[in-house]
Amino acid sequence: MAKLNINGKAHDVQVEADTPLLWTLREQVGLTGTKYGCGVAQCGACSVHINGQLTRSCSMPVSAVKPGDKVLTIEGISRNNSHPVQQAWAELDVPQCGYCQSGQIMAAVALLKKTPKPTDQQIDEAMTNICRCGTYQRIRAGVHRAAEIASGRTAKPAAKPTAKSA
Amino acid sequence: MKKTNASATSATALANPSRRGFIVGSAAAAGGLSLGFHLPGSAAPAAKASVTEVNAWVVVKSDESVVIRVARSEMGQGTHTGLAQLVTEELECDWKRVGIEQVTAGQNLARNRVWGEMSTGGSRGIRISNTYVRQGGAAARIMLLQAAANEWNVPVGEISVDKGVVTHAASKRKTTYGKLAVAASKITPPDVKSIKLKSPQDWKVAGKPVKRLDTANKLNGSKVYSIDLKLPGMLYAAVKACPVYGGTLKSFDGDKVLNLPGVKRAVQVSPSAVAVVADTWWRAKKALDALPIEWDEGPNASVSSAMIDARLKEGLAASGAYANRNEGDALKAIEGAVKKIEAVYSTPFLAHATMEPSNATALVTANKVEVWLPTQNAEASLAAASEESGLPLSQCEIYKHDLGGGFGRRGGDQDYTRQAVAIAKQFAGTPVKMIWSREEDMQHDFYRPISQCKLSAGLDANNKLVGLHIKVSGQSINARVNPAAAKGGNDDRQLQGFWSAAGDAQFGYAVPNLLVEYAMRNTHVPVGPWRGVNTNQNAVYSECFMDEVAKAAGTDPLEFRRALMAKYPKHLAVLNAAAEKGDWGKPLQPGRFRGIAQFMGYASYSAAVAEVSVNAKGEVKVHRMTLATNCGHAVNPQQIAAQVEGGVAYGLSATFYGECTVDKGRVVQSNFHDYQILKLAEMPHVDTVVVPTFDFWGGVGEPTICVVAPSVLNAIFAATGKPVRTLPLKNQKLV
Repeated sequence: MAKLNINGKAHDVQVEADTPLLWTLREQVGLTGTKYGCGVAQCGACSVHINGQLTRSCSMPVSAVKPGDKVLTIEGISRNNSHPVQQAWAELDVPQCGYCQSGQIMAAVALLKKTPKPTDQQIDEAMTNICRCGTYQRIRAGVHRAAEIASGRTAKPAAKPTAKSA
Repeated sequence: MKKTNASATSATALANPSRRGFIVGSAAAAGGLSLGFHLPGSAAPAAKASVTEVNAWVVVKSDESVVIRVARSEMGQGTHTGLAQLVTEELECDWKRVGIEQVTAGQNLARNRVWGEMSTGGSRGIRISNTYVRQGGAAARIMLLQAAANEWNVPVGEISVDKGVVTHAASKRKTTYGKLAVAASKITPPDVKSIKLKSPQDWKVAGKPVKRLDTANKLNGSKVYSIDLKLPGMLYAAVKACPVYGGTLKSFDGDKVLNLPGVKRAVQVSPSAVAVVADTWWRAKKALDALPIEWDEGPNASVSSAMIDARLKEGLAASGAYANRNEGDALKAIEGAVKKIEAVYSTPFLAHATMEPSNATALVTANKVEVWLPTQNAEASLAAASEESGLPLSQCEIYKHDLGGGFGRRGGDQDYTRQAVAIAKQFAGTPVKMIWSREEDMQHDFYRPISQCKLSAGLDANNKLVGLHIKVSGQSINARVNPAAAKGGNDDRQLQGFWSAAGDAQFGYAVPNLLVEYAMRNTHVPVGPWRGVNTNQNAVYSECFMDEVAKAAGTDPLEFRRALMAKYPKHLAVLNAAAEKGDWGKPLQPGRFRGIAQFMGYASYSAAVAEVSVNAKGEVKVHRMTLATNCGHAVNPQQIAAQVEGGVAYGLSATFYGECTVDKGRVVQSNFHDYQILKLAEMPHVDTVVVPTFDFWGGVGEPTICVVAPSVLNAIFAATGKPVRTLPLKNQKLV
């Protein structure tokens, strides 16, 4: 039995204490946007925020989450894709298969909260999630673009990745 | 975000409509639209807009939105959007109101395969189906315009259409596809031979860098991948197969885990695998970890990487290899040459490591099997479900979910589908979702084949290449999946990229004396297609060796290649495009070096320029890569760029880290800690140059990967003066 506050809503869940938060979210709470990729905190597909802190939920037992802790999942970012990171991702067509993107977006949101205008190097250091499709170039551009959107600038990004047709 | 696109697309992503009426997952993102099928003459579904199938590819709704049916799978490569662009182009409907809907394997079977093949691999999704999907769009347009002509009683030649609005200029009458659809669906379709497709010069939607149709629900967690599926009363299975390939399950003690929370029971899945079924996957996995299992590891339990290496080396030295090409007398020419160059290269087994691990949900009853899964080949899944259940194909159905990565893992090989059906059979009437752990996924893959290559070249007194001998020794994919094509070791597929024939994977150099050989040396490790196989390995061999020969000749690598490519103008044009945009020959920052490579595969021409530095510790940084591709027709340039960028990441992961080693008969690597994947910080800036010639249709998802590794390795060669002949780089001491 655990009491969780997820995306601002209280949940009582019946699970063993060592159940990872990831599987509690997916199987008990029914929030499947948070993904299983490795189970060993390597890939970041399971990233959520706990009290604003980016956390890999596959390696966090549910017993370590206190009832007062605020868990934020991808479903709590915005359902209508209005968050600047979601807007930027849509504008630059970032996702390919999309499976890792919940985690990538959670990591980007956490980065921008702490560092509203990150440099390339800060993005390198913060964005350590694995994307097997290889969307990294657009994720980088997406973080910069989200920073612009958040600061109220709506101009198109200069570094939008597009192909040149000869 | 385009609202119409988003909502119509979510129908595809969220709903895999079955006769049993499951609406899969949350529909909150887009209003829960589930179209299902409305065949002409059948009752209209209870929806606000009436829905009419004009033909198999095109469904028009009375609200003027259009649903385009797709048969191929979407695994991230943008295939669905590209196919929808092609149909839209001929249909002349409004792109802003287009959505897509996936057909099922059962529907395809029931309608005499009206949608053709469903397999999505080999970079064929768009290029192979382009003609018939465009004809499908054109046929629907012809029927819709004829319906207008009939209604107005005017010659159809006087009618025009723009974005679904139909006009008769002379009488100033207008109508729309939405209003014409029902009448159009009753018109006899035109003879396919009479349909004239548009010239790409006239394209308005195809060929344009439009946004993907399937992005919205990937941004808020609402997209339902197969692993996310929830069905009423569902159980969950965790599975483990014998870690040694060819081994079998001797025994397991299911009673030992029966009392663990949520466990239903442990079941045998196949002669070599066991599963625990529980009320959640996590509980099933925990119980599986606790399950006492005895394996009979079989005859391969002592095989190691060292033994496989020795076997491949023996293949390089042995006589009797299969000669795919033998032009002139290469051995004699090299023997008599002024300078001789020789090198042995090797590349390892590689796992696919799709982000979404293998999984499938099956529901088996006495007379029906249904499977929900990520698959690159729904018809192969259907066949697997039928074989495993013993029910005829007509009583099986496959609901495709968009894949969390495919890369060749989920095509013809349907091992996970068979397992899911075998488990669900033992829980008849209850849906069971089987998920592989990451460890299971990495250790039970169909790996990229391991191979080695010995190359020999001869230069004459003028440093001209007079003879080239390429001999590959390694494992054959066909030996397992298509033995007839590898009979006696005569397997052309393992020499992909060295072929003489034009069109698919043609070697781009003219060498007067050329011998290309393959020594088939198979192992017990199962191998299969792997995004860009076998051009990935063969391009490393060919293109890195080309730089070694160019250096021996004292010639610039680009100039050396150009001199051999006069007979291959398309290869050369792409090489030149990469060289130009990649600033080949221009000054570099201190400490930086460039490498170049070109190769052909999957019917497209690719070339790359890499810019790297190697520090005093031997660490490599790739700063920038420029890739050029001629894929014939460019259906969506910005999605081609996305594939090229992704291909760079996939290729660099393999170059730096990718390696599956074998010990005690099993693959050693188990997760991302020991099977490392490139991270964002290591991603170079990628410039993509698309140079389509519009006289053929080539692939996009795979072809450019093969030039990534050799261009980087050649830049390292330029930096250090030492060729790198063995991958991955993590095992190499560069300084």
